[in-house]
Amino acid sequence: MQDVLTTCVYCGCGCGVYLQAENGRVVGSTASRNHPVSRNNLCVKGWHLHEFIHHPDRLTEPLIRKKGKLVPTSWDEALDYTAKELARIRDQTDNQGIGVLSSAKCTNEENYLLQKFTRAVLQTNNIDHCARL
Amino acid sequence: MAGLATTFGSGAMTNSINEIENAQVILVSGSNTTEAHPQIARRMLDAVDRGAKLIVIDPRKTLLAEFADIHLDIRPGTDIPLLNAMMRIILDENLVDDLFIEMRTENYYQLRDMLYRLDLDEAAKTTGVELSKIYKAAQLYAQAQKSVICYCLGITQHICGTRNVQSLANLAMMTGNVEKGDTGVDPLRGQNNVQGACDMGALPNVFPSYQPVGNIDFREKFEAAWKVNLPSKSGCTLMEMTHSGKDGPIRAMYIMGENPMLSDPVLSKVEETLRNLEFLAVADIFLTETAKLAHVVFPAASFAEKTGTFTNTERRVQMVRPAIAPIGNCRTDADIISALALRLGYAMDYDSPAEIMEEIAMLAPIYGGMQHDRLEACWGLQWPCWDRSHPGTQFLHKYYFTRGKGHFVPTEHEPPSEMPDKKYPFLLITGRIYHHYHTGTMTRKSSTLNRECNEALLQINQVDADQLKVRNGETLKVTSRRGEIKLTAEISEQVKPGSVYTTFHFAEAPINLLCIDTWDPLANCPEYKVCAVKVTKP
Ligand code: SF4
Repeated sequence: MQDVLTTCVYCGCGCGVYLQAENGRVVGSTASRNHPVSRNNLCVKGWHLHEFIHHPDRLTEPLIRKKGKLVPTSWDEALDYTAKELARIRDQTDNQGIGVLSSAKCTNEENYLLQKFTRAVLQTNNIDHCARL
Repeated sequence: MAGLATTFGSGAMTNSINEIENAQVILVSGSNTTEAHPQIARRMLDAVDRGAKLIVIDPRKTLLAEFADIHLDIRPGTDIPLLNAMMRIILDENLVDDLFIEMRTENYYQLRDMLYRLDLDEAAKTTGVELSKIYKAAQLYAQAQKSVICYCLGITQHICGTRNVQSLANLAMMTGNVEKGDTGVDPLRGQNNVQGACDMGALPNVFPSYQPVGNIDFREKFEAAWKVNLPSKSGCTLMEMTHSGKDGPIRAMYIMGENPMLSDPVLSKVEETLRNLEFLAVADIFLTETAKLAHVVFPAASFAEKTGTFTNTERRVQMVRPAIAPIGNCRTDADIISALALRLGYAMDYDSPAEIMEEIAMLAPIYGGMQHDRLEACWGLQWPCWDRSHPGTQFLHKYYFTRGKGHFVPTEHEPPSEMPDKKYPFLLITGRIYHHYHTGTMTRKSSTLNRECNEALLQINQVDADQLKVRNGETLKVTSRRGEIKLTAEISEQVKPGSVYTTFHFAEAPINLLCIDTWDPLANCPEYKVCAVKVTKP
């Protein structure tokens, strides 16, 4: 069993949590004793932090819509198609027609990359997230 | 967070979480803290154990309100008259911090003039709270050396949310309760990394670190770093995008880890917009309601499968570390974005998330000293952290406000845009419950959390329940001018007669169908918390 110190994702308190990993599965969560916020204590959400990670409903393959239905596809096809459509609509709408939503659940690094992608590649400032909700 | 930014120059929590337990008076407004921020509620209750006084402003008798010395159970949407009344009392009782106002703030006289025009009895009547209780609260707050204000969604999701926040800031500045440790104004951010998403510039008008896109100097700095020309016009907000409509200007969307099909206040409009897009790509860990409408869905890695940082509500930037490799064929959002950029002819290749953070530290001054190696070696750092030798910042606005002088913005009452009437006699209040998180994309997939609470309840007072002849557990139909849903009745003393309360976690009962399509003109913030409804047996 391996304990990995990380940060809880369920609220803005940001408790320090150890995820317990065994054979490639996360099997438990425990509080960090010295962390300034958690101080050896988590709330009920934190204690069950690991439960959604291996849920059978997790998406594990890219999906693409064919004949109206979402079907599994390869990463290459999904990425190629997305890039082609984004480029087409960006160019046809004079950089005005694409909107991007970033996520308050993703990391800072990912938020940074997505806003850079939106501004530098899609050439628009149409980016926001659900902070207001 | 427009309100606090206008007043102080920064929209973040001024204190640290642990300072709250040292406060002498804690004023909590519109925050269901025990449910939304359990650790902060713990600090509050610890403080109360140690003799601190707790003032709770909330239309409902929340768990926290039960521990309060004073519970100001105002009518929903009447925060401003309440706060103005408190300030008038502070003025009359001469509890104002003149020195602080003189040295550190501006525009005070405009506020004072407005307060002198206020009729206290009338304000009390508007709020539905006895004047004597408001007196006690005002004295308590103003007389303590260390008073802290915490607020949450309740206050920012009204039509007058921005002004509510400014009002709280006025109260704090008038009594000199900012700029020191253990006293300040603290917005409690809901989702785990809302603060970080804002800091990183996932906003239509600013680059990372709140540098406006309209400012030529900042734009040139980013153009030089990214080696590309950048647009200067502010972009569309979330609402402008998702409410763009059938023939609206937005033709395609890329959505990372969000589910506007559940979290947006006016679902029918969002659905119309998303269904009519020429192209929609969604990256998420589950097939959410939004992902179901997409043309392409990318399976994203969860937080347990990647390296990076989150910024908590006290501005603490902390490491996220992988416990396992991405499951199945999942990839991290960073990988997905880089792969797309490459296909669009722009290289965004980084060796690791640490290298992305290096770039952030170079371009975002408040993260200037936040490289991963430093964050690894401690419990994270609180921004602003200007350079590698900076220890981070426990509380904001020491010596001077971020914007220079604290700016008083006098605010006056604006009634909610929809009040109960003959046809829709109940006031519906919405909020969140402890076990589920935002729209429940993750928490509802956790079997333990789902077992504890898996249906959407409508809290209703005994008096109203008797009149409708409803018992606990019966199904009720709730109708507004915009739609109807079915909910299970829960008779509760937490709500006053005439009000009903529910939450927005459940796909089976999207409360947002009922809500109003008006929003705070300043923060572009949807009016979530109240609307008029009819409650009947189906
Ligand atoms: S353990 Fe609870 S209080 Fe701590 S961050 Fe997670 S959800 Fe928030």
